[in-house]
Amino acid sequence: MQYMMLMYNDPALEPAYGTPEFQEMMGGFFAANDRMKADGVLVSGEGLQGVETATTLRIKAGKVETMDGPFAETREHLGGFYVIDVPDLDAALKYAAMIPSAHFGAVEVRPLMDYNPAG
Amino acid sequence: MTEAASARAIAVAKELDRIMRSDRGRLLSILAAGFRDLSLAEEALQDASVSALSHWSRTGPPQSPQGWLLTVARRKALDKVRASGRDTKKVQELTVLIAREETEPEDIPDERLRLIFACCHPALEMKSRLALTLRSVCGVTTPEIARLFLDEEPTMGQRISRAKAKIAKAGIRFEVPEPEHWAARLDAVLTTIYLIFTTGYVAGPGEARDLCGEAEFLIRLVNDLRPDEPEIEGALAMMLLTGARRAARIDSKGASVPPAEQDRSLWDHARIDEGRTVLTRAIQRREPGPFQIKAAIADCQMAEGGPDWAQIAGLYHALYRYEATPVIMLNAAVAVAEVGDLAAALATVESLAAELCDYQPWHAARAALLAEAGRPKDAAASYKQAIALAPGQAEALFLERRLAALRQ
Repeated sequence: MQYMMLMYNDPALEPAYGTPEFQEMMGGFFAANDRMKADGVLVSGEGLQGVETATTLRIKAGKVETMDGPFAETREHLGGFYVIDVPDLDAALKYAAMIPSAHFGAVEVRPLMDYNPAG
Repeated sequence: MTEAASARAIAVAKELDRIMRSDRGRLLSILAAGFRDLSLAEEALQDASVSALSHWSRTGPPQSPQGWLLTVARRKALDKVRASGRDTKKVQELTVLIAREETEPEDIPDERLRLIFACCHPALEMKSRLALTLRSVCGVTTPEIARLFLDEEPTMGQRISRAKAKIAKAGIRFEVPEPEHWAARLDAVLTTIYLIFTTGYVAGPGEARDLCGEAEFLIRLVNDLRPDEPEIEGALAMMLLTGARRAARIDSKGASVPPAEQDRSLWDHARIDEGRTVLTRAIQRREPGPFQIKAAIADCQMAEGGPDWAQIAGLYHALYRYEATPVIMLNAAVAVAEVGDLAAALATVESLAAELCDYQPWHAARAALLAEAGRPKDAAASYKQAIALAPGQAEALFLERRLAALRQ
């Protein structure tokens, strides 16, 4: 089964660039990436630019409306994701626990829809 | 229908009812593990038992009724998935499953542990875990569960279906977890069973389906299927030792009675003996854990000549290393006061004020300590707050009595 692991966190709680904590976090991400690759479960994964770069679009009565900023007015924002292919939720949760941002943010684990069950 | 035929139909219905009562959980766990879908397993088993009624009435029950039900349920499930026309992968899986069963052994394995681990998965909300375990493993009906948890029936029904859908869609497996997850997942199972037990304990034995009885059934089942696990034994011992006092915890006037003041002739001594034997065996394995400590506390409450408060205080401090909660701290403080260090106990209780100001036992414990310390006015104020927060009539009555005693 494929799962997306969505990384949410509050930018204010994130370790600042250049600090030892930041180095530690990046080390944690590299270790998690390596482990997922070595185990052959990593499908894809990306980090997102900061939430100040976000543009939100809606179509209202046929007219495109854009808005400066993220969709949700919350402090915790989507910062990146992984897609992994593992047998079950327990395995997915095991990899989610390797993601360093889980220490100061949250990781939401959700199965992907299977559009082609005949596969 | 001839008279002989209708007599046979009745006999078959009785036999089927007996099998479904005793083996429903076993059959369901095998089907659910195979289908990886609890709803589909339940529907298929239901269809199979309807089909059994008509077939067995004609031909008599088969040699292995359980095997017959499993085989028919798998075919019914395949029909259902095929008819829905969506999930071709599932159709393939079920076809493989049915082909494999031709070579399956005659005696049916007990896979209920897998079902229990799925129902108690930490990815499910706690209340859903309780409800789903009672429904699937114990066979308690949804209306009964709704009544036991003081919920509306449709709300409870939705909760149970949502949980089943999450198991199927989120990929929660019907498996006993691997060693690396074992301790955490076992703790989730034991906590679920313990909460079923305490819900029943607080409600009292009036209900038709007694939750304490269901919890005891579950913990004994887990202990049978996975023997020699000290924490499972600890949980079993704790339920036996606590359950043993059940008849004594409410007096003839309907007020709750603390263990130290209970009528010991009302205690269930067979349960106490069994609980102590199980606990001793667990402790000898030298792998301590929270449930063994809780069982030991329950045991010390029933020590010869009154509760052994020094031990109880030590045990609560040990428990705090596993569960660092203010409630454990409060219980430790109460024991410390009983040992004689009233000042230290009061200081601890006061330090928990912010965290426990909405917790009735905090006010009750604080009131008792203040009374002991010769501050009846403050004690009375605390008792009044405790009474206002009391979860039931029995606790309120007990506290009112203490309050009245203060005025004399």
